[in-house]
Amino acid sequence: MIDVSAPGLFTTVQDRGRPGFYAMGIAPSGALDLYSHEVANLLVGNDGGAATLEFTFVGPTLTFSEFTVIAVTGAVLDISLDGVRVPPWTCQVVRAGQTLTFGPMLAGARGYLAVRGGIDVPQVMESRSTYVLSGIGGLQGRALRAGDRLDTGQDVNPAANPRGGESVPAAFIPALHGDREIRVVGGLCDYRLTQASITELFSAPYEVTLEANRTGYRFAGPPLEFIARDAPFGAGSDPSNVVNLGYPVGSIQVPSGTELICLLRDAVTGGGYATVGTVISADLDAIAQMKAPDRAMFTQVSLQTALAERRVRRERLDRIAESMAH
Amino acid sequence: MLVLEDGARLSHGADEFVFVELSEEMSLEGTVKVLALTDALRDRHLPGIVDICPAHVSYMLRFLPEELDVDELVATIREVHAASAGGGSPRIRGRLIEMPILYNDPWTRETLMRFRDRHHAPELDDLTYCARVNGFDDVQGFVDAHSSSPFIATFIGFMAGNAECYQLVPRERQLEAPKYLRPRTDTPERAIGHGGAFSTIYPVRGAGGFQLLGRCPAPVFDLEHRLVDFAGQIVLPHGGDIFKYRQIDMDEYEDIEREVAAGTYRYRIREVEFDLVEFSRDPDRYNHSLLEALADD
Repeated sequence: MIDVSAPGLFTTVQDRGRPGFYAMGIAPSGALDLYSHEVANLLVGNDGGAATLEFTFVGPTLTFSEFTVIAVTGAVLDISLDGVRVPPWTCQVVRAGQTLTFGPMLAGARGYLAVRGGIDVPQVMESRSTYVLSGIGGLQGRALRAGDRLDTGQDVNPAANPRGGESVPAAFIPALHGDREIRVVGGLCDYRLTQASITELFSAPYEVTLEANRTGYRFAGPPLEFIARDAPFGAGSDPSNVVNLGYPVGSIQVPSGTELICLLRDAVTGGGYATVGTVISADLDAIAQMKAPDRAMFTQVSLQTALAERRVRRERLDRIAESMAH
Repeated sequence: MLVLEDGARLSHGADEFVFVELSEEMSLEGTVKVLALTDALRDRHLPGIVDICPAHVSYMLRFLPEELDVDELVATIREVHAASAGGGSPRIRGRLIEMPILYNDPWTRETLMRFRDRHHAPELDDLTYCARVNGFDDVQGFVDAHSSSPFIATFIGFMAGNAECYQLVPRERQLEAPKYLRPRTDTPERAIGHGGAFSTIYPVRGAGGFQLLGRCPAPVFDLEHRLVDFAGQIVLPHGGDIFKYRQIDMDEYEDIEREVAAGTYRYRIREVEFDLVEFSRDPDRYNHSLLEALADD
């Protein structure tokens, strides 16, 4: 049992997500920085399906009623057990009665706490992930509150039995710095943009605004122009309007050309603004660690690069899993 | 971007999505073609397909590239498009559901006034703007047009319980409005909005870009299944359902709200089958006979 004495700013239960319901309008959800989530689970010897806690900007204060092992990954911040600093990206023994606290985030935006066995909440549509927009999954479909109590589950990898102190080689810990490159496969409705605006999109920096959450991040930067046209019937008269269509996770839309919205794992599944490209799946983790006023440099890559980077990311996680097995 | 033999555009939503756009403009003929194509793709039972998501005149697939080679997927899509050149069945099975709507309600009005800086006409409210851009002398004329002919759900998406619906009237009588310049970050739950040629009832509170027209006192999304019409499901609308909006006043709004709170409210629902060929022959006559199903009690 874990007692929540302070919930943090926005802390939710997340696992790998709830795929397969997009056509019903239900986002896949899951940890926004899935890489950090996966590594946290590996560090405590959990099965890949285990749920962790994802906390945004401010960490929770948690007291453990039983002996267990935990690991904290993701954002850079001080982690303390009963007031004593403990290292990040490391499996840590927790004794019954100990309290976990966090300092301010020094880099990044989201931290992940894995507990041996996973956070146990009822599965909804085969997932424990919290989808706050519709109130589905997690702890009563919402972010944690003070006074909540969390159970731990049985999602362990029987072959892994960490005793504390296991850590991830530094090369596998992503460097979190404010500004970064985000790779995008162009397409969708990008034929609506002028060539000059496509060039602008992939050369100017775009700044994360305060309207940035699990559904999507809004970015501010140079305005983009659409090719002049007679509005197709049903789209709406604004040049950025389209007859409503599906939005991929990671897609970037440009309402009236004045801001970019990049949808993340709690994406709305469709809407009526022109989409101009999609962030490659390997870079979605990086967006999850950005915050205002960090800047993204969007660069255009091929589908082949997106697939290759996906494999690279997968192989990194496999190598960490192998290193944990020894 | 790849242009298929039938003119549809195919592009990749990075490594997990494929997006196919049949047309830039709305038509019910396009919608039935999308349904036929997505049914045919579903029947292929390709391994690694995660989601098949039909929209009004486009569709999207989500897949796992580890299980399904992307080139094989594109080849299959090409085959399916080539094989279904004749279009889909003109019949769509669904239900006819009457939705009580309080137009120009105080809650959506409060919300829309907070987001005037994101609107094309900040000096007008959304209903007045919609009436004006559609050539009506006053708001009531627009509301009458919106509530007199039914709408059919041609895209289930955005979020759970959201169904974007297209009015069953000839194109020259379609109501159209742009989406907000930038989407609002807030919308009351159960607000009815109109964007492009589509209306929807927002299932929960949240972001949105449609013009706000009014509010429905009964839910379209119910996680707890408190109402009988949500037995075995968390959402009211499904693709192909036909919605008739009925103007109500504040007294009736509050009555229905009380029935919803007591768990006794029932939507008026009839099983129907929409026939595009019959509809196209004489839309008004077709709607008249369709709506008779609601007049029998």
